[in-house]
Amino acid sequence: MSKSAKSLALSVLLITAIAAGTAFGQVRKKTGLGREALTEEIAAWDHDVRPDGVGLPQGKGSVKEGEVIYQEQCAVCHGEFGEGKDRWPVLAGGQGSLKSEGPEKTIGSFWPFASTTFDYIRRAMPFGNAQSLTPDQAYALTAYLLQLNDLVKEDFVLSRENFAAVKLPNEANFFDDDRETSEKHFWKKNPCMSNCKSEVKITGHARMIDVTPGSKDGPKVD
Amino acid sequence: MSENTALDRRRFLRAAGLAGAGLALPALAQERKPESVITEVQDWARNLGDGVQAHPYGMPSEYEKHVVRRDVEWLTAGRESSVNFTPLHELDGIITPNGLCFERHHSGIANIDPAKHRLMLNGLLDRQLVFTVDDIKRFPGRINKAYFLECAANSGMEWRGAQLNGCQFTHGMVHNVWYTGIPLKTLLDEAGIKTNGKWILAEGADAAGMTRSIPIEKALKDCMVAWAMNGEALRPEQGYPLRLVVPGWEGNMWVKWLRRIEVGDQPWHHREETSKYTDLLADGRARRFTWIMDAKSIVTNPSPQAPLKHKGPNVLTGIAWSGRGSVARVDVTTDGGKNWKGARLDGPVMPLSLARFYVDIDWNGQEMLIQSRVMDSSGYVQPTKDELRKVRGVNSIYHNNGIHTWLVRANGETENVEIS
Ligand code: HEC
Repeated sequence: MSKSAKSLALSVLLITAIAAGTAFGQVRKKTGLGREALTEEIAAWDHDVRPDGVGLPQGKGSVKEGEVIYQEQCAVCHGEFGEGKDRWPVLAGGQGSLKSEGPEKTIGSFWPFASTTFDYIRRAMPFGNAQSLTPDQAYALTAYLLQLNDLVKEDFVLSRENFAAVKLPNEANFFDDDRETSEKHFWKKNPCMSNCKSEVKITGHARMIDVTPGSKDGPKVD
Repeated sequence: MSENTALDRRRFLRAAGLAGAGLALPALAQERKPESVITEVQDWARNLGDGVQAHPYGMPSEYEKHVVRRDVEWLTAGRESSVNFTPLHELDGIITPNGLCFERHHSGIANIDPAKHRLMLNGLLDRQLVFTVDDIKRFPGRINKAYFLECAANSGMEWRGAQLNGCQFTHGMVHNVWYTGIPLKTLLDEAGIKTNGKWILAEGADAAGMTRSIPIEKALKDCMVAWAMNGEALRPEQGYPLRLVVPGWEGNMWVKWLRRIEVGDQPWHHREETSKYTDLLADGRARRFTWIMDAKSIVTNPSPQAPLKHKGPNVLTGIAWSGRGSVARVDVTTDGGKNWKGARLDGPVMPLSLARFYVDIDWNGQEMLIQSRVMDSSGYVQPTKDELRKVRGVNSIYHNNGIHTWLVRANGETENVEIS
């Protein structure tokens, strides 16, 4: 190795050591990757709305305006009265059904917050043409869906200003995951291994219902 | 010709009422003829096969065509917001092949040009940032992890009793994949979380604009932003080019086509955490934020789509997992839960990943009621369906991790049943 090559190698080593020293010395080293988001870019994507109204855009819409948009753009799937065509989701009704055999979970019967309706419609509906609704249209549709659920009157106008005043009746019936207390008995030291029960009876067969796809031409033992 | 012999033998068995079994009969004297598959030169042993590059991206053998994801058409109004199921009964080990990982989309598969994909971080952060996919892949600290992903609605059709004949349909909304990516913490640190940042909102770039609220503790603990699965780029149906990985928590939170992470001081209570993915109890109240997937196991073979075909030695196998840690042990019963036996775990047993279990059985044609029961590292024991119903009723839809029963009949056919 020539003299200059040696000194070059040495200085490279030194530089590496210094660089490593600073890297490890810093608590949280920023990589500098990415770039600052522009205000217009954040505005284009950040449309999410919270129950306290944070995120709601300027605007307003009436039940009457909502009805017109709904019948044009939503009723084909969700039904004229939000009853749901074929297997498309039901949006209205179901009040008092939550404890029954066939609970119907709608905006009026189940959803805890009105903000969810506004947020969801604006981000995902109409199905197949998402993000096409203006804020005013989303206000109007939300107002109309509230009215279909008998939660506001026919002359109601929804806006950013009065949004927080709209309460849904089922809000109090939601509670945070409590499995670690209410299901504490599922933590068992010694699950039974032998003679755990004296008798076993078959109480139900999938075959009786026969809803499995291709069950007619399914596997055969031959 | 031995082909005729085989036909005759089948006819004989059918006449003797044994066709369903075809089981371990002593070989009849006239059957002891050489097998043509051995005595005759097969095409593949004589002719040249396809050369390299006949299949630049390799596919399974044509004899494995039946090994596919399947859906249940009556479940949903259309296929853009629907689900299909992993063929668990055709798989072994713990890794799910990429093309067989079940799909659940809310507005179809977003077909994204990675050059046009951006990930934005905004909200309660020191800096609001935008990253390209290339930027994400340049971050130091890349990691590889195997995690299960289970849809909270897996087994949801079984709350009221045995419905679907096949573990593909009863349990196929789970897959287990090696992810490559970076910890979400790396990105959040780059932007700098403000002290009041307590929640994140993850958002997808698809037409559903999928959103979920996740507490900051989880985001910083083990969430990942992943771009690869099992060593190759994410499949479009699994979120190409970027998806969120939320280990041990319900699949809906693993936002695909991830385009934005917002930091806030409260949860957003969006549609997928209010209308959906909340658990309605018998008294009309509903649990929310039930993110953790409880410990669960299922025997995949035998099962209705994979009946027993032979008497004598058989391998009973299945998978187990837990969102609270790792699989500690799996017990199996063949008499409907009177007596249990520890199964053998084989292959790596990793936290928040599927584990594979085996019991080598000797089957003499007796009817069996097969169940498996997992215990996880937290001491949680998979409950019976009745134990679950006692606490939750039958309207929950989500989080059905109850012990499942297969009835194996004398002819090997296997059926989904419920027992006392
Ligand atoms: C082509 C059929 C179709 C049309 C048209 C349509 N929707 Fe939907 N809607 C759906 C489907 C499908 C879903 C469920 C999507 C999913 O699974 O995530 C849905 C879900 C919803 C939900 C949530 C329901 C729940 O219980 O969680 C609301 C609210 C809604 N739509 C409102 C609207 C409004 C308002 C319009 C008109 C602007 C509209 N939809 C147009 C198909 C449609």
